[in-house]
Amino acid sequence: MIGLISSILTITLRAGTSLVYATIGEIFTERGGILNLGLEGIMLMGAVTSFAVSYYTHSLPLALLAAVLVGAALSAIHAFLTITMRANQVVSGLSITLFGSGFASFLGQRLGPATNNHRLVGLVGAKFESFRIPVLSDIPIVQSIVSQDILTWGIYLLIPLAWFYLYRTRAGLSLRAVGENPQTADAMGVDVFRLKYAYTISGGMLVALGGAHLSLSYTPGWSENITGGRGWIVIALVIFSMWNPARAIWGALLFGGINAVQFRLQASGTNIPAGFLNMLPYIMTIVVLVLITWWEALSKKVGAPAALGQAYMREDK
Amino acid sequence: MNEQHESGSFLVEMRGISKSFPGVQASDGIDLRLRYGEVLALLGENGAGKSTLMNILSGLYRPDSGEILVGGRHVTISGPRDAAALGIGMVHQNFMLVDTMTVTENVVLGIRDLAFIPDMAEIKRGILELSERYNLKVEPDAFIWQLSVGEQQRVEILKLLYRNAEILILDEPTAVLTPQEAQELNHVVKRMKGEGKSAVFITHKMEEVMSFSDRVMVLRKGKVVAGKDTKDTNPRDLAKLMVGREVLFQLDRKPFAPGSTVLELRDVCARDERGLPALSGVSFMIRAGEILGIAGVAGNGQRELSEVITGLRKASSGSISINCVDFTGKSPLEIIRSGVSHIPQDRIAVGAVGDMSVANNIAMKGYRSKPLSFAGMLRPRKILELARKMIDSFRISTPSPETRVKFLSGGNIQKTILAREIESCEALLIAVYPSRGLDIGATEAVRKELIAQRESGRAVLLISEDIDELVTTCDTIAVFFEGRVMGIMPAAGAEIEEIGLLMAGVKPGTEASA
Ligand SMILES: Nc1ncnc2c1ncn2[C@@H]1O[C@H](COP(=O)(O)OP(=O)(O)OP(=O)(O)O)[C@@H](O)[C@H]1O
Ligand SMILES: [Mg+2]
Repeated sequence: MIGLISSILTITLRAGTSLVYATIGEIFTERGGILNLGLEGIMLMGAVTSFAVSYYTHSLPLALLAAVLVGAALSAIHAFLTITMRANQVVSGLSITLFGSGFASFLGQRLGPATNNHRLVGLVGAKFESFRIPVLSDIPIVQSIVSQDILTWGIYLLIPLAWFYLYRTRAGLSLRAVGENPQTADAMGVDVFRLKYAYTISGGMLVALGGAHLSLSYTPGWSENITGGRGWIVIALVIFSMWNPARAIWGALLFGGINAVQFRLQASGTNIPAGFLNMLPYIMTIVVLVLITWWEALSKKVGAPAALGQAYMREDK
Repeated sequence: MNEQHESGSFLVEMRGISKSFPGVQASDGIDLRLRYGEVLALLGENGAGKSTLMNILSGLYRPDSGEILVGGRHVTISGPRDAAALGIGMVHQNFMLVDTMTVTENVVLGIRDLAFIPDMAEIKRGILELSERYNLKVEPDAFIWQLSVGEQQRVEILKLLYRNAEILILDEPTAVLTPQEAQELNHVVKRMKGEGKSAVFITHKMEEVMSFSDRVMVLRKGKVVAGKDTKDTNPRDLAKLMVGREVLFQLDRKPFAPGSTVLELRDVCARDERGLPALSGVSFMIRAGEILGIAGVAGNGQRELSEVITGLRKASSGSISINCVDFTGKSPLEIIRSGVSHIPQDRIAVGAVGDMSVANNIAMKGYRSKPLSFAGMLRPRKILELARKMIDSFRISTPSPETRVKFLSGGNIQKTILAREIESCEALLIAVYPSRGLDIGATEAVRKELIAQRESGRAVLLISEDIDELVTTCDTIAVFFEGRVMGIMPAAGAEIEEIGLLMAGVKPGTEASA
């Protein structure tokens, strides 16, 4: 029994890792008042480029670097369109997702070696391995937490750091003000324009890292639509987390956990249709999130950054 | 040499500042000089360009032309950051506070040399110390959304103090405050002046100008029309300079000849947001052709009273009838249909749609029926016609009727709402602090308009904190204290002292307060 729980927890954390990166990335972007619906596209692009680089160079650091750069580039486009050109954020974000998914799939069919028909599908590249820590890795449950690769260990660090940054530092204070009330932030001497750019781009980098985790660790290799719509789940997770990085972990664990249970069920050969089981994590996540968020929004005065989605210009009221 | 000394003796000098917005020349070659340690009162009608000029000095707006000197040196202020570095701090006409953050967080937001990981306990101590020294009570851990308007204004002042600003710009800081709160704030300004700080103070209130400014500068339509030492001038002259004509502080009115009862409240009780009693057994009536004024310190049930009558708040007991029909517990729409108009207290937030044109905002209430619409279709020409008439009679300063409301100056947004509500009134007009934030000319126009409503046989309920306004405008005055009517008296011959005592809860003939 302990063994079963332990293995489910292991998969849960692994499945949740990419979601944590993407959720925290999007939280930072939205805290600056920019809604980036391009994250599904950015995750896919992060996954395909990092896998291609890992295949050719066998260097995982380079693979991560590639993903981060691609994430930065795509979100810089979003930043330019919405902050400088003041385009509609939803339209710009959706365009990035459309472009990103299409282009990722295109790259998946072109970047591979001639021997594989120029495809990336089915190839094996460098991938992240789980650590084995003496003693700890032999204790059930504890083992699920410590016997993970460096990307999952990364979220153990990222979550508290992101929380601390947002709520305890000068920079976090400015960031929160920008998303809540850019007029005020501006009048108080915060460089609204620069911060919006900075957090849209750095948020996009984290999102791409989430994509890289999928192709370098969770399901190593490239396959069409490797994200399985995780980009959209992240949008829901951001709301569920109430834009608080510390809460991002719970949503990620929820989705990851249902995923893990569903794997177990499929592996044990139930006669529940596979399609239904595959659907389960999405349905359950959405239902639970809606219920919890609804209940909490009623009881507390927390919500989306007040100026989320709005363009800001100094002399235009 | 001499020249240099000249310019060196001014703390701030703005030369030939011009700034235009689409359709308006908001500043037109303005020169402004602020001496060390003085308070300069900046006056002008709504839309004269006062806020624009000060936003230029604080870095929010870039001037089209002109130069700025601070301490005798040429400076380029390309953003609020530059202004802050020069020691310039501004309290804006609308609050610049982040609602979801605490007082402490708001105070330190944007400070350049704040530590990366600020020591909040230390900062709190600093804030408390300042708040004690200047007698500005605040709770450092409270969120802005929990604070009253007066408390929020204190936070704004604390922001300036905490930053050690030497050049203070105060844009109508007392417009939204109760007289008591305004007094407190004025004390703080005097105090800061005593410490050698300099200030530009924008206000429409003459007492404030006369009581602590050293010099006065009057703007009209983006130009300087006068600059004088305060001791060489008086309110009447200043009013004339601002408006460009004589302002009558006296109003003409026909003798009081009340008709049938329009509004009657019987033993009305209501609770506020926290569930505490806000109105306790309120009874009064207003007849056609009568203006009833509610006197009282803000927060003694006035807002709840207007909300109960307009259906926005439920009465917990008692009855309300309009034209002898019982309207207790009816919806706001039913009450509007019965001919009630309402100028709300928080009119900018609930009264206007910023992204719609002035004309559409004026038509917003009458669009359902003739002449503004016909067979379900809007008639743009009629709407424009009405809008032009209103813009004219309320002196709304706007580039055109099609300009979006959010581009108007603070006072002109208010006038737009006033125009709509007064125009659409059929039986009863409820005006809550209608002259807050308005210039002298507009205040006079509003009072005249209220009297015109009375003269055409409508009933008016005027809620105000300004006793002078009540005495000059009303026929009858009811004094409120803690949600109770302390007394009802005819305005003619009412003793201001007596009203003042009743407002403080003291019944004539008794010594102790209730
Ligand atoms: N950001 C803006 N965009 C367009 N027009 C503006 C803007 N800011 C101000 N204006 C216009 O400039 C003129 C001057 O406005 P300003 O706010 O300076 O007036 P004000 O003297 O402060 O009036 P009030 O007493 O009503 O506050 C007005 O006609 C206003 O419509
Ligand atoms: Mg103004």
